[in-house]
Amino acid sequence: MIGGLFIYNHKGEVLISRVYRDDIGAVQLPVSVHVVVTSLWPCRRNAVDAFRVNVIHARQQVRSPVTNIARTSFFHVKRSNIWLAAVTKQNVNAAMVFEFLYKMCDVMTAYFGKISEENIKNNFVLIYELLDEILDFGYPQNSETGALKTFITQQGIKSQTKEEQSQITSQVTGQIGWRREGIKYRRNELFLDVLESVNLLMSPQGQVLSAHVSGRVVMKSYLSGMPECKFGMNDKIVIEKQGKGTADETGKSGKQSIAIDDCTFHQCVRLSKFDSERSISFIPPDGEFELMRYRTTKDIILPFRVIPLVREVGRTKLEVKVVIKSNFKPSLLAQKIEVRIPTPLNTSGVQVICMKGKAKYKASENAIVWKIKRMAGMKESQISAEIELLPTNDKKKWARPPISMNFEVPFAPSGLKVRYLKVFEPKLNYSDHDVIKWVRYIGRSGIYETRC
Amino acid sequence: MTDSKYFTTTKKGEIFELKAELNSDKKEKKKEAVKKVIASMTVGKDVSALFPDVVNCMQTDNLELKKLVYLYLMNYAKSQPDMAIMAVNTFVKDCEDPNPLIRALAVRTMGCIRVDKITEYLCEPLRKCLKDEDPYVRKTAAVCVAKLHDINAQLVEDQGFLDTLKDLISDSNPMVVANAVAALSEIAESHPSSNLLDLNPQSINKLLTALNECTEWGQIFILDCLANYMPKDDREAQSICERVTPRLSHANSAVVLSAVKVLMKFMEMLSKDLDYYGTLLKKLAPPLVTLLSAEPELQYVALRNINLIVQKRPEILKHEMKVFFVKYNDPIYVKLEKLDIMIRLASQANIAQVLAELKEYATEVDVDFVRKAVRAIGRCAIKVEQSAERCVSTLLDLIQTKVNYVVQEAIVVIKDIFRKYPNKYESVIATLCENLDSLDEPEARAAMIWIVGEYAERIDNADELLESFLEGFHDESTQVQLQLLTAIVKLFLKKPTETQELVQQVLSLATQDSDNPDLRDRGYIYWRLLSTDPVAAKEVVLAEKPLISEETDLIEPTLLDELICYIGTLASVYHKPPSAFVEGSRGVVHKSLPPRTGSSESAESPEAAPSAGQAAEQPAVIPAQGDLLGDLLNLDLGPPVSGPPLAASSVQMGAVDLLGGGLDSLLRSDVGGSPAMGGSGFTAPGPAAPAGMGAPLGSGLGDLFDLTGGVGTLSGSYVAPKTVWLPAMKAKGLEISGTFSRQVGAISMDLVLTNKALQVMSDFAIQFNRNSFGLAPAAPLQVHAPLAPNQSVEISLPLNTVGSVMKMDPLNNLQVAVKNNIDVFYFSTLYPLHILFVEDGKMERQMFLATWKDIPNENEAQFQIKDCSLNADAVSNKLQGSNIFTIAKRNVEGQDMLYQSLKLTNGIWVLAELRIQPSNPSFTLSLKCRAPEVSQYVYQAYDAILKN
Repeated sequence: MIGGLFIYNHKGEVLISRVYRDDIGAVQLPVSVHVVVTSLWPCRRNAVDAFRVNVIHARQQVRSPVTNIARTSFFHVKRSNIWLAAVTKQNVNAAMVFEFLYKMCDVMTAYFGKISEENIKNNFVLIYELLDEILDFGYPQNSETGALKTFITQQGIKSQTKEEQSQITSQVTGQIGWRREGIKYRRNELFLDVLESVNLLMSPQGQVLSAHVSGRVVMKSYLSGMPECKFGMNDKIVIEKQGKGTADETGKSGKQSIAIDDCTFHQCVRLSKFDSERSISFIPPDGEFELMRYRTTKDIILPFRVIPLVREVGRTKLEVKVVIKSNFKPSLLAQKIEVRIPTPLNTSGVQVICMKGKAKYKASENAIVWKIKRMAGMKESQISAEIELLPTNDKKKWARPPISMNFEVPFAPSGLKVRYLKVFEPKLNYSDHDVIKWVRYIGRSGIYETRC
Repeated sequence: MTDSKYFTTTKKGEIFELKAELNSDKKEKKKEAVKKVIASMTVGKDVSALFPDVVNCMQTDNLELKKLVYLYLMNYAKSQPDMAIMAVNTFVKDCEDPNPLIRALAVRTMGCIRVDKITEYLCEPLRKCLKDEDPYVRKTAAVCVAKLHDINAQLVEDQGFLDTLKDLISDSNPMVVANAVAALSEIAESHPSSNLLDLNPQSINKLLTALNECTEWGQIFILDCLANYMPKDDREAQSICERVTPRLSHANSAVVLSAVKVLMKFMEMLSKDLDYYGTLLKKLAPPLVTLLSAEPELQYVALRNINLIVQKRPEILKHEMKVFFVKYNDPIYVKLEKLDIMIRLASQANIAQVLAELKEYATEVDVDFVRKAVRAIGRCAIKVEQSAERCVSTLLDLIQTKVNYVVQEAIVVIKDIFRKYPNKYESVIATLCENLDSLDEPEARAAMIWIVGEYAERIDNADELLESFLEGFHDESTQVQLQLLTAIVKLFLKKPTETQELVQQVLSLATQDSDNPDLRDRGYIYWRLLSTDPVAAKEVVLAEKPLISEETDLIEPTLLDELICYIGTLASVYHKPPSAFVEGSRGVVHKSLPPRTGSSESAESPEAAPSAGQAAEQPAVIPAQGDLLGDLLNLDLGPPVSGPPLAASSVQMGAVDLLGGGLDSLLRSDVGGSPAMGGSGFTAPGPAAPAGMGAPLGSGLGDLFDLTGGVGTLSGSYVAPKTVWLPAMKAKGLEISGTFSRQVGAISMDLVLTNKALQVMSDFAIQFNRNSFGLAPAAPLQVHAPLAPNQSVEISLPLNTVGSVMKMDPLNNLQVAVKNNIDVFYFSTLYPLHILFVEDGKMERQMFLATWKDIPNENEAQFQIKDCSLNADAVSNKLQGSNIFTIAKRNVEGQDMLYQSLKLTNGIWVLAELRIQPSNPSFTLSLKCRAPEVSQYVYQAYDAILKN
């Protein structure tokens, strides 16, 4: 299991160090960190230094998120310029360690916002307290912020009553570790966001090399008591199953249903029930959480098509013409459209003409960035640019990175539709009809690239 | 609140200040001071001097302060064990606190204080906490048992904590169950033999129930534990699989991977004909693909695992090629792994797409990635024959880019393509030659030189090209030197007239001026070959090369199976067994996949299927290849080699034909120093190297091998007593009994025909049905006179093995039809396999070693021969009588190990290792054979021979 957990700043200084197991070596550093770094005896450095020297201070780009130094394995993730490293000497479950590190980041963010050196230093007592709670002898324990916030507060512990205490412990260890009892709202309300990111890789000839949508259903629930929820969408398997009885209905709804390649659920969803009946039922955590993630690859609506044309004129000039076409209902508006056209490293000057929006050559990013605020469906727009190149004797050809695109559209490119979200709370006197429900669809570009 | 200020106090004398503050009366000040201490501790300052002062703050009802003090204690208790005792009282008291959070905190912290004296005091509170009414305390106590075990294993066993922990598996709270499982699994790992986690269908059922209810982390613990279980049969395996599959939809990737591990493992037990098997295969693909949309670090873990899964069960992801296409922004470690998987999945169906992608990648920035992409194109060519042409033209395009490392990489792979498709793409050689000057990496230079040497007859200026390399011969790496040597010899053999000088030059460079024994050895061998018998030299050096295999860098099957058992863990990320990177006893337990209990194999006797348990506990059946070889070499090279030692420099070498003389003796003293010759990859010119080496070495080995020569060959093969094959009742009065024998290479069937009817029998004839080894009568059944009632006749029917073959079940089943004047009768009998052991079944010793190593481990079967009191020599003699030849005998720690070989009439070799312990009447027989189905019958033959 995890032997220790360290948080470093970008210089490699230790901000947090928590050792769970003796085998990874003591963390007591000699007085000055700088002395250690410079006068290092390779065989005598301990875990903390080993990681700093080999990973953080390594010249080369990180070649693997798992490093083995002197029979000790280091797992690391980086958030802005903060490194989180888990250390072990055993054959641990590697996927679990990374999941835990991400979770750790989530928990910290939930407690004090952005993960930065400043915030970590300001909250180091809290972090130690959290680390003590969510990792015991290197075994991850309940790490749901909802539960943690009931008893790790940093506000000074109120003297809880016996009932409160046992409520805390039963929640932390219980089957529904993500929700506490006795939540009350005057207005029962829930928000469903279907957030999709559509990914595309297209050849210069317009052939789709790969395309998929990865979507998330994020729910914000403000519901009283312990509500039992049931979520339904236009999942092909469900629709077909239901449609068996009435033949004509199958024909109608069959078109609108979508084939989901795979989906994963928040731990509140009863997986065995999904496996047997494909119904999604759960008791939601209070507040915001990610109900499900899914992936589709069939019949994706690609909101934009990029048609590139690159012509090399001699050795010192490139002519680029890019056309974008929007491909959705004319009544809908796409927003925050950005097309990024990479330029060679030896670009000396660029002239751009575009019909719509603004385009700029950004030398520091080696790209022409073309921004359009809004664009309706079934429209077309075009940019053309002349790129002047400095003559070089570099033999290596320009790699021609793909043209990438960003946008946001008010529909789900996968075609997913929420059919219902029913709420039952048998103990309190509100019914499904009393709950105010909001549904929103947002489609964003993921990695949306066209090779040129 | 700005705690960051605690990090910035660096002035001198702060320890004193802190001391004063810690002893302050004001609570707030105390707390501040402890915070400062912790901050100093974090950045690595030594604040252990404050130990007594900090511990004094422990008795407080402020939980936050308490936690801080505990944190300090955990860090420094070990360095101040005596003072740590001061804290014990508070811990014991806290374990009785009415607040469950405090009870849990105390027991959790106490377990982290690794001081022997404290552990004694820990036992009582821990015992109470394990039975606490509050689940939060119980789940913490469960982990504490693992902590205590790590400090003092004996204490935990003596105090009976393990039993209490086992009871917690049936706890009503799922999190308690999960932590108990985690703790037990870890403890069990350090006691591989103990049956701590004795999993049975009942406890498995409990775990599966808890699986649905506990936290994501708990699910991981339980799934990892389940993976160690060995279901009784395929039905149980299937029912567990059914209950584990819902986990594939969990948002936590680790849960998914652990579930995949359980499924992959138990799938081994399911029959492939089962509908469920197909369903399961289909269910596995989507979650694996979904893992690729996780964060990059997790993607990396997933990809490393998918790499294993694709090798084990390629059918799962064969249609998912596209998801492994590299994205421009992927981190480099993800890109490299994806590329690896793409090549594994490449097939005729998707090769066009793959190639287009690879070509794209070859223009990227990262050098490693580009190289790998270029290499991948070559591997596609080798793997999918139809694509070879396109791959070659793609590679040529890439060479045109003149990017140095791309060109070099391309040349290396083109060399492999030439090996796979000889005489097909030679037209590209001209283009390759143009780039000769730009090659600066040894591998690329070596590849190019190989190409020039191999196709010397088609390259007009081959001699010039090779000569240009000779100038800096001594600056080249060994790889290039060896290759250059071989290439020039090839050139010489192809164009002897114009290249004499060149070959002499290279031979003398290699032999006289080089310090490298490998190079010298190879030089001498060529020299000697060329001078004694140029025709033989041609045959050896220009021998047809074996084709290279399609799949390169596959993980060795036994390792792969082991790694499948470690899906999700570090072992699967490193692609190494845990023993390679874990210290101490942990992880040494060797895991293996369960044996398949499907339809066909289930017929085998239980002994025949080497169960995983056996494999895990017993030491390797044959000492590692290296050991055995090492021993042999020691035995052998001990006595000094004859022949006057001659210094290399003293040999005068004029022209090629002047060779000889001292060279012979020189060669003798030199060879053997470097058994690794030709080890540098593809360069070894076919069989030349081993043959050259074998000569002087072999003679020594030969003597040793003959230790059993001439013993026992006279006694002839063992013949079993006759048994009744066809009772009179079934054959209208004809009774047939018989047996099989083998004498001096001739197999015969010895029959006794008895007439128990009332009438005379005549016109006998016999026929065999097709059988596994093609046994057939070599002559008609000769019964000279009619058989009168109550008479019997003995006949020896000669047999041969040229009849038609059909696999029988059991393998040694023989169906016989006998005809007489009354009727045709059918019966079947089993023949002992040793009648098929041929006289020339003695394998060369080196051959034996190589073959043993070559046969995969799954083909090994282990048997026990019980109640046999012979000693090793008697065994050896007895077996030799039946054409089982002892090749080597070793004594390891009092046990005699016999290494034996035998050959069946149809050419199948069986290799055996027989372990004899002087005190134990049971022998252990391990058989390795390319056709493992014969093993069981060979064992029966062994058993029969040894017991008679």
